[in-house]
Amino acid sequence: MNLPLLSIMTWAPFVAALIIMFLGRRSPLLVRWTAVLGAFVSLVASLYVYWAYDRVAAGFQFGEKFALVPSLGISYELGLDGMSALMVLLTSIIIFAGAFASWTVKERGQEFYALLLLLVTGVYGVFVSLDLFVFFLFYEIAVLPMYLLIGIWGSSGYVKPQGIFGWAMGRTGVGTKEYAAMKLTLYLLFGSAFILVGILALYVANGSRSFSFLDFQAMNIDPTLQSWVFLAFYIGFGILAAIWPFHTWSPDGHASAPTAVSMLHAGVLMKLGAYGVVRLGMGLLPDASVEWAWLVGAIACINIVYGALSALAQTDLKYVIAYSSVSHMGVVMLGAATLTQTGLNGSVFQMFAHGIMTGLFFALVGLVYEKSHSREIFKMGGFGTMMPGIATAFTIAGLSSLGLPATAGFVAEFLTFLGAWSSAHPWWLFPGVIGALLTSIYVLRVTKAIFWGPPSTDPHFQNLPDAVGTEWAALGILVFVLVLFGVVPSLAIAPIDTATMPLLMRLTGR
Amino acid sequence: MRTDPGTLALVSLLLPLASFFVLAIVAPFRRLGRPAAYFSVLCATGAFAAAVMAWLAQGESTIPTLHLWEWLPGQGKSLATVGVLVDPDSTVMLMLVTLVALLVQVYSLGYLHEEPPKGLGRYYTYQSLFAFSMMGLVLSPNLLQLFMCWELVGLCSYLLIGFWYPKPEAARAAVKAFWTTKLGDVGFLIGIVLLWRSAGTFDLTELHAMVQSSTLPLAGLSIITFCIYLGAAGKSAQFPFHVWLPDAMEGPTPVSALIHAATMVTAGVYLLHRTSWLFALTPDVLLIVAWVGAFTALLAAVLACVQDDIKRVLAYSTVSQLGYMMAAIGAGFSAAGFFHLLTHGLFKALLFLGAGAVIHAVGTNDISKMGGLARKMPITAIVFLIGTLSLAGIPFFGGYLSKEEILGAMWAGGLPGPFAVLMLVAFLTAFYMFRVVFLAFYGPSHVAASHGELVMTTPPDEGKIVHDQPGPHSSHLHDPPASMLLPLLTLAALAMFVGIYSTLIGPLLPAEAAEHAAPGWLTPSAVGVAVVGILLAWLTYQRRTINPESLASAFGPIRTAALAKFWVDDAFIFVYERVLLTFARVVGWTDRYIVDGVLNMVSAWTLTAGDDLRTIQTGKAQDYVYGVAVGVLALILWMKLS
Amino acid sequence: MGLQPFLVLSSALFCIGLFGVITRRNTIGILLGIELMLNSVNINLVAFSRFNGSVAGMVFTVFTISITVAEMALGLAIVILLFRVRRTAMADHLDLLKG
Repeated sequence: MNLPLLSIMTWAPFVAALIIMFLGRRSPLLVRWTAVLGAFVSLVASLYVYWAYDRVAAGFQFGEKFALVPSLGISYELGLDGMSALMVLLTSIIIFAGAFASWTVKERGQEFYALLLLLVTGVYGVFVSLDLFVFFLFYEIAVLPMYLLIGIWGSSGYVKPQGIFGWAMGRTGVGTKEYAAMKLTLYLLFGSAFILVGILALYVANGSRSFSFLDFQAMNIDPTLQSWVFLAFYIGFGILAAIWPFHTWSPDGHASAPTAVSMLHAGVLMKLGAYGVVRLGMGLLPDASVEWAWLVGAIACINIVYGALSALAQTDLKYVIAYSSVSHMGVVMLGAATLTQTGLNGSVFQMFAHGIMTGLFFALVGLVYEKSHSREIFKMGGFGTMMPGIATAFTIAGLSSLGLPATAGFVAEFLTFLGAWSSAHPWWLFPGVIGALLTSIYVLRVTKAIFWGPPSTDPHFQNLPDAVGTEWAALGILVFVLVLFGVVPSLAIAPIDTATMPLLMRLTGR
Repeated sequence: MRTDPGTLALVSLLLPLASFFVLAIVAPFRRLGRPAAYFSVLCATGAFAAAVMAWLAQGESTIPTLHLWEWLPGQGKSLATVGVLVDPDSTVMLMLVTLVALLVQVYSLGYLHEEPPKGLGRYYTYQSLFAFSMMGLVLSPNLLQLFMCWELVGLCSYLLIGFWYPKPEAARAAVKAFWTTKLGDVGFLIGIVLLWRSAGTFDLTELHAMVQSSTLPLAGLSIITFCIYLGAAGKSAQFPFHVWLPDAMEGPTPVSALIHAATMVTAGVYLLHRTSWLFALTPDVLLIVAWVGAFTALLAAVLACVQDDIKRVLAYSTVSQLGYMMAAIGAGFSAAGFFHLLTHGLFKALLFLGAGAVIHAVGTNDISKMGGLARKMPITAIVFLIGTLSLAGIPFFGGYLSKEEILGAMWAGGLPGPFAVLMLVAFLTAFYMFRVVFLAFYGPSHVAASHGELVMTTPPDEGKIVHDQPGPHSSHLHDPPASMLLPLLTLAALAMFVGIYSTLIGPLLPAEAAEHAAPGWLTPSAVGVAVVGILLAWLTYQRRTINPESLASAFGPIRTAALAKFWVDDAFIFVYERVLLTFARVVGWTDRYIVDGVLNMVSAWTLTAGDDLRTIQTGKAQDYVYGVAVGVLALILWMKLS
Repeated sequence: MGLQPFLVLSSALFCIGLFGVITRRNTIGILLGIELMLNSVNINLVAFSRFNGSVAGMVFTVFTISITVAEMALGLAIVILLFRVRRTAMADHLDLLKG
């Protein structure tokens, strides 16, 4: 039996989206179950490839390839290594949970689910494609539906224009969902322009024969070219990974986006950026990644501390979580910049851990918002008695976020710290650790303000229900995965090792 | 057949874990309350039995038993392992932990009988998790597992302090405890990372071997041990991290007995004891440990003298005793500290549970609202007195020998300064503890004045079932029910047994034998100091020969400072609220209005530029033609000229 | 008489036409201007044809004239339609393409 598993995984959500568009006009329930089914097919496929991936043989497996434009060397080439196996697993889990979490989308559910699934197709495609042209196509597919998803189903907030750029903020309409959607899309497209330039530069340097990742990997690239192509990739993908100072789309975007979209975006799409930096930047440009490691690491340190401090300053729940993503993506980038096996493992593990954790966070924030119609942290209080389930899940997500052992977050952060101290810039350890400390401060502060304390006297906050029905499914899956990978980290470390070891051999082994 | 102590320890470790998983996952069972509690108690009993068997199996053997599993794979060998390390120290500690955990769980059945079933189930879930994590910490064969369990007990402490989370003080105290200990844990984490870099392992036995063969690089070791000490200081409430422990008393009293007296707070001491060979290489850090320990002991003892909340007195006394243990470790005699840890675990748990019985009956924590309780609740009074005498270090009682050993250790370690401080603390300890005894159990009763008061440790909504019913509490004034009495008596008997045995025969456990020769005058003077303290308390609070007011005014400034907790809390609050939050707001503002502002400015410029350029496009066809004409002309000119 | 006078005439006619197109406010006037410009082209074509001895220019001129007729018919129809809809034939008021 030789099924094209990666294609099935990638296109199953797309097929589900088509079915939804054509058949789902009448029945909202059909739409939802079709979406869940599509996500489920991908989940099964990704679980299978994760399980069946040969960890001894390593390298890219489950390959598929046929030529699309032979004259330009473009082909539909898929393959998966240990790192992408973990990433597709993450994607599957998040979209599966996300399909449940957005069960209550009322307005135009059909289009919502179709776009969501289309987006996921793009994400899968990015993780498994080995042809950079196709990679880029999928990348754009993953980014663009976000505009509509936020613009139509998002929620607006209010930001008071202030400061020396206040006039500008008044003009651009800060706070509205349209603003957030536009900002996110433009910013990410701005980034993808850099990526495209980088890919084309490599393509030309390669003699314009092939877009295949493996072919690029095999060639020797001039160090000067490497140097600026790496920067192009770093900026391009880094924008999606919310590197400072290109991160400001992320809080606005995540705060405005509807629940499932926030989950998917913070949980998976930001990983796309980090994955791009590791896969293309470090994978193809070994000399340049050594050369620029100091920059990547230094900015990652800024991200960690700066994101955590910003999160501490927020009063809007969604913004807190969004800024925590900025902070945690810093850990991802820091781990990658250490150029050590432990650090890189930590980085990839953190991609996974943060994906699950932030997915859980946004699912919970969505639930809290849906029940209480408020995101103002300091107006809430005592929700723990009314919604103990949500409170528990929120606490677990928070604990993972602050790196408590027995949750996935700890393993990731710890490995990153070990890597940081072994790297060429040991001082990176300290911002990392301080970030973890600050995280504990803002997470517990928020938990205390929302769920603890005496019940709020606000009439809006009386008799709020706990999570119900399918919402439990989303929470349950995510909590389970978070704890499972925290207790048995070798589940993920073993496949990651197979991918990071050859990568580092190329970087430092010469 | 000789059973493997490692397996037994493992059984002991996994029983509470099983209990936790069952209670955490099977929600309907947990919500039943009582059955869940019984299940948890059952598991704790099993764990205790297994721990005792492990101890017996290990016996006198100092050869450690190891069971390891790979946790994080690495190149060549595992990056990290998990497992159990069974040796005399860990088995004894394991016994203490399981014993106190079991007794506290039994005690809680009575203490929390008013708790709704859901809350009770939750309580026992946390308790099981705590027992597991604490045992994991004790049995940990490497620093990483130790750190993980360390954090987990911190989590349990947080959850249990905040058990009555609708109460604002409880919520605040829980968060405060977590943050303060986390501050120390950051140091611990850094220490582990640094140590891993220089030694290449987390494993305690491997590290020990490296130390013995002098292959451990000494460069930077002081920083490493200091960082590890920071973690220990956070958990064991050393100055300036001691602020969280008194506030932690917002949790249910049994929790205070278990976590904040007998087990978790001593984890720091245990850690330092476990790694004493590492610390021995860095005498400068040990000196810090000793001085900070002595200072903490003194500070907390002074603070304890002015508290009116019985639990807070005990909490400060715990801080003070932890300072004692730390000081002994700093003097280089970690076994003395560890010995005191064990005895302290027994009698401090006893004191807390006794205090819990009092609070349960009287309905308040305030000792000025008690008095004369000895007649109403004689058994409680006796066990409390046993605990107090143990703490004061009177011969034939639990803490006598361990306290002597610490004082002797200080002297032998050549630290006369801390020694003098600790002598002073011994006096203060006797004084403040007997102040509580005389005020609460003897003298005139003030209980009548507290009619109808709510039990302070119960939140208004959860505990309302019983406490909303008005009625004189004095009618409830009697010794607690059997479930609470049994643990009290057990602990009292153990404290007495340890005391008598060690006074007459010598140390109970060979591992705790004195490592130093104490001068002959030490015992009389230490006991004498304690007796003077007791006498002073008796004269002041029982005979009223000395007016407490004038005694207080004699120490005016110190008293004022002590009432303000020496402003340490204020300093923390200042750093948190004024410095950190302000800084965070500045960063948040900068992000929103400067970093993002620049971006907005760019887009606003684009918009403005579009607006301006738009005016060129008049929409009039003739203008366009005009443009074309001019353009063509310009092109022709350009071609002509170039 | 050489080629030059014809070209001068043609250029003059073209400029007059262009001037008319740019300055006339009435759409009909603009159309007339366009017509003048087209005729200047015709003159050019005929002149070159005559001097180069090639018949193609003549053929093209006839072609242009017929096209012009069609274009005029269409242009006038549009103007009439515009007048019906907007009640004006003034070019200034027809600025729907304004940015």
